[in-house]
Formats: sequence, structure tokens, C-alpha cells
Amino acid sequence: MNPLLYVEDLSVSFDGFKALDLGSFEVEQGELRVVIGPNGAGKSTLMDLICGKTKSTTGRIVMDGKDLTTMTEKQIVDHGVGRKFQNPNVFGSLSVYDNLALAHKARKGVFASLFNCYGTDAKNSIDGILERIGLQDAQTRIAEYLSHGQKQWLEIGMVLAQKPRLLLIDEPAAGMSDEETERTGELLTSLQGDHTIIVIEHDMGFVRQIAKTVSVLVEGKLLTEGPMEEVQNDKRVIECYLGSDFEEEGAA
Amino acid sequence: MSAHNLTHDTSQRTRAIIWACLFCFLLIGMPALNLAGIVSDSMLSQWGRYCCFAIAALGVDLVWGYTGMLSLCQAFFFCLGGYAMGMHLILMTGSEGAYGSALPDFMVWNQVTELPFFWKPFYHPALAIILGLTVPAVFAGIFGYLVFRSRVRGVYFAIITQALALAMWLTFNRNEMMLGGTNGLTDFKEIFGFRLSGDPEVVAATGRWLYLATVVILGGAYMLCRKLVNGKMGKVMIAIRDSEHRLRFTGYPIVNYKVFAFVVAATLAGLGGMLYVPQMGIITPSKMSVSASIELIVLVAVGGRSSLLGAVIGALLVKACYSEMTSRIPEAWPFFLGGAFIVIVLFLPNGLVGLLSRQKKGESPA
Repeated sequence: MNPLLYVEDLSVSFDGFKALDLGSFEVEQGELRVVIGPNGAGKSTLMDLICGKTKSTTGRIVMDGKDLTTMTEKQIVDHGVGRKFQNPNVFGSLSVYDNLALAHKARKGVFASLFNCYGTDAKNSIDGILERIGLQDAQTRIAEYLSHGQKQWLEIGMVLAQKPRLLLIDEPAAGMSDEETERTGELLTSLQGDHTIIVIEHDMGFVRQIAKTVSVLVEGKLLTEGPMEEVQNDKRVIECYLGSDFEEEGAA
Repeated sequence: MSAHNLTHDTSQRTRAIIWACLFCFLLIGMPALNLAGIVSDSMLSQWGRYCCFAIAALGVDLVWGYTGMLSLCQAFFFCLGGYAMGMHLILMTGSEGAYGSALPDFMVWNQVTELPFFWKPFYHPALAIILGLTVPAVFAGIFGYLVFRSRVRGVYFAIITQALALAMWLTFNRNEMMLGGTNGLTDFKEIFGFRLSGDPEVVAATGRWLYLATVVILGGAYMLCRKLVNGKMGKVMIAIRDSEHRLRFTGYPIVNYKVFAFVVAATLAGLGGMLYVPQMGIITPSKMSVSASIELIVLVAVGGRSSLLGAVIGALLVKACYSEMTSRIPEAWPFFLGGAFIVIVLFLPNGLVGLLSRQKKGESPA
């Protein structure tokens, strides 16, 4: 099977410090991949590189035959990459519905907006997403007054509304209650298959809930990759989490 | 798209009613009071000038209130429009000037014998009007593109626009610019065939027409901006203000949107300036000083940021207070303006129109 996305000799340095040095990394079509690793391991940097926020020093990121490292942020979005950032990032003074309507896949140029182009089938698609993220009763609310968890869901919904082929989700469960975390897990697992998803997460309970394949990044390098059960019993992985219990480190 | 919300709609309706009343008063009430002799000709002309600032304030609101970019050079764009009109008017003076020369008086003082090439298009009234709108638009387009492409934002954007305003003020003050230097352009005789000097009755009639034209154009500009902010464009502008980052990774070409907002604002400022000059009778570089641009920001802040009605009310109210106070107790004006600004910032972050919709948590603002 052809991977949707693969990385070749990707590296990035900030002032001589090598934040990421990835020989190879692949994500299959329809897969839900979880990336874990201690702080500063380069997890978010990897996502920044894929979505064009950071430019690589060397190497290539190929998605569907196109090298993302040579494209602008907008071209990457148009190529089908959606990114959810670590901190909830929504349009605070607009309603939940409008947040999704702006994200909905459409022509997004100045003239398209002048003539109120919201894309085809916006209403149905947005209603579907509202239901999926559980905000159908909150659609007229102003986004900044949503709870933290709702904002996270809204942002995931916005990424979905872009109809991307690859979703990059950075710490979706951060700051969520247990119940919210579980719902987020259900949401993400329901998306796999139709979407290819890369998730960064610290919460090991959450990782166990959603993950089939886990990649472990340590100090910018890929330490190991494999099924969750294998990875969590890997000596090197446990060591990297400072020898402490996996669970506790995850909860911290 | 967002016609889901009741509070949104009622608040919207209140504003529409206030706008309709205000506009009718300006369009019909003021001229009627003038004809009845209650409002003097000079007062009417003053209100015409306030309306010019209101047009520019609409632009400030789009660029600052909605898109979140604190532009401190809007008065410069106002003056670009103003100078375009001023140049046309002074050329129409013909040999009526103090020296009886076909050249503008200041050129005679400066011993210029031939009209500079860039003055020539301004002979033609239609061309002068087109230039009054396009020169600020093109300037804002090029400057904006360079600045936004380099991702200059926030306070850095404010500083760079302020620097532009200062540089342009210095440039326009120079006699070599052939724009009248510090003295600017003045002593206009007629506009499109209507007299601006001579028989007081005739001049007053011209003033009334200018006033009406300004109010009608203000109405048109308001409706246009209304259309813009109520559509998807307005939502994208707000999204840029709220989270430019999110919007960029949602696939919007941010630079194009910012240039668009900046160009529209500059064009509105130019329009205001063009209408201002014949009613004021003079345009000098002092009108494009940094403080003049800051004043435009204050007009919008007082009336209500990200509310078009607020921009208009703020402009009319602050300007009216200014002329009232400076004619009665001139020393008190800076204290009054400063005090008003502090009160607004501390207690009325949404300006005076914010009083209309004391928002409860979670409700939709208009």
C-alpha cells in the first residue's frame, strides 16, 4: 500500500540546535497515527514542518507525489492538510456556525468572499460536523464563550470542515476533563478510515484509547514505532520517560 | 448565514433605526433648519466637514475595528484625496489669482514658469476625481502589499504606518514638491462651475449643494461598508483580527485580504478628503500629521470600534464637541478629549454604541 505521506531525511535546526532529524517516517492512507515523546522531542515541530509553519533545513515531505517543503501554507492547505494547534485557536467573536462556515471547503480568495461564496453544500456539511463534535445546540453561541473543551472540539470541527485528506491534531485532550477526553477519543477514532490523522498526545490513557500504531520521538529522532502494546513495554521508551512509570508521566 | 440569533437581530434593528434617523436628520433636517434660518450657513458647512471625517472614519473602522490593524496614516490618505481636489480647484481659478497668472499663486512666488507635468491631469474634473480615489488606493495597495507580505503586524504595523505619515508630512511641507509647501493649496474660486468665492448668497448656495452631496455620499459609503461587513468578507476580516494564525491554516490568502481592507479604507479616506477641501477652502500638510491620523482613531474608538454606526456617530460627535469647545473654552479641549478617551477605554470598550447592547455573556454582538 502506498503511504499518503512520507518523509525523507527531514531535519530542521534552530540556531544550530537540531530540533528534528527524521530519516524516514510514513503514514498510510486512512491511518490514525499517534506521535508521543517527552517535551522537546520535536513532535510539534514535525507538524509545523508538514503544514508549512516552519521551513525545513534539509529533506522532503511528500504527500501524494508533491513535496510540501516547497509549498506555501495556503498551497499546503489546498493540497489537503488541516492543522489543529495545541492551544485552542478559534475566531472568538464569531458564532460557532460562522467559525465552521469560514473553514468549510470553498474558494477562499478575496473575490469569492466579496460575493459570499461559502462553497457547495456548506449547510449540510456544517450541520453534519456540528453533530459530530456535539455542538449542534451551541451553533449560535459566540466562540469565545465556549468552554475549553468545546473550543477544542470546534477547532477539530473547523479542520474537518476544510475536508482535508490529512489531519494534524496537536494535543486534542490537553486541559480536558476525563469525560471530555473520552469523547474526544471517540471522535478521533470515528474519523479514521475516511481521514488520515496524525495525533500528538501526552495523556497515555487517551493514547491507549485511540492508538493502533504509535511513533515515539526522542530528541528529534524516531526512537521506535509499532503497536501500542509493544511500544509501551519497550525498555528504551520507558527509559526516555525518565524511568518513571509511563502512566504517571502521561498524567503529569 | 447567521440569521439564527434573536438578540443579534434586535440589536441590528435598533442600529438600523438609529442610522435611518441620523441620516434623515442630516439629509433633510439640517437643510430644513438652515432654510428656516435656525442653522447658519457656516454651521451647515461645518457639519458637511464632519461628514467628510465620518466617511474616513468608516474606513478606519474597517481596517482597525474589523480587521484589527491599527493604521496611523489614514489622515495621509485623506489628504491625498484632498490635494487631488485642491489641485483641480486651484487650476480652475485660472487667472483669477492674486497675480493674474494662469499658474497657481504659490508657483508664481516660487518663480515657476511652467505647470509641472503631474498637475496637468487635474485640469479635467472627472480625471481629478478619479485620481483623488485611485492615488490613495494604489499607494495603499503597494505599501500594504509590501508590509503585509513581510508579515508586519500589531504594534509594528502601527509604527510603520506612523513613520509613513511623518515622512509624507515632511515631504508635502517642501516647496520642491510643487504642492504649495507649508501653506498648502487655498484661495479656490469655483468647483464644477459653482462659485466658492464672491457673492455671499451664491457661495452659500454652493455650500448647501456641497453639504448635500457629502451627506448622500456618506450614506452611500455607509451602505457599501454595511454590505461588506455583513457578508463573508466581514467575517473574514473579524477572523483576521481574532486569529490570523488559524485563518492562514484554514486556507485564506491573508495578505490579499489585508491589502483589500487597507485599500478600501484608503479610498474612503481619499473620498472624505476630496469632499472636505472645497468646504474648508484650504488643504495644508498639517492635515496629514501623525496626530491627525490618531484623531481619526479616537473618533472610531469613541463611537464604537467594529460598529459602522459607531464610527459615524463618533466622528460627528467628537468633531461637533471640538468646535463647540474650542470656540468657548479652547484651553479645555485637550483635557476633554483625553478624559473622554480614558472613560471610553476604561468603561466603554465598545464605545458609545456599546451602550445599545450591553452584551450578556455568550450572546451574539452585532
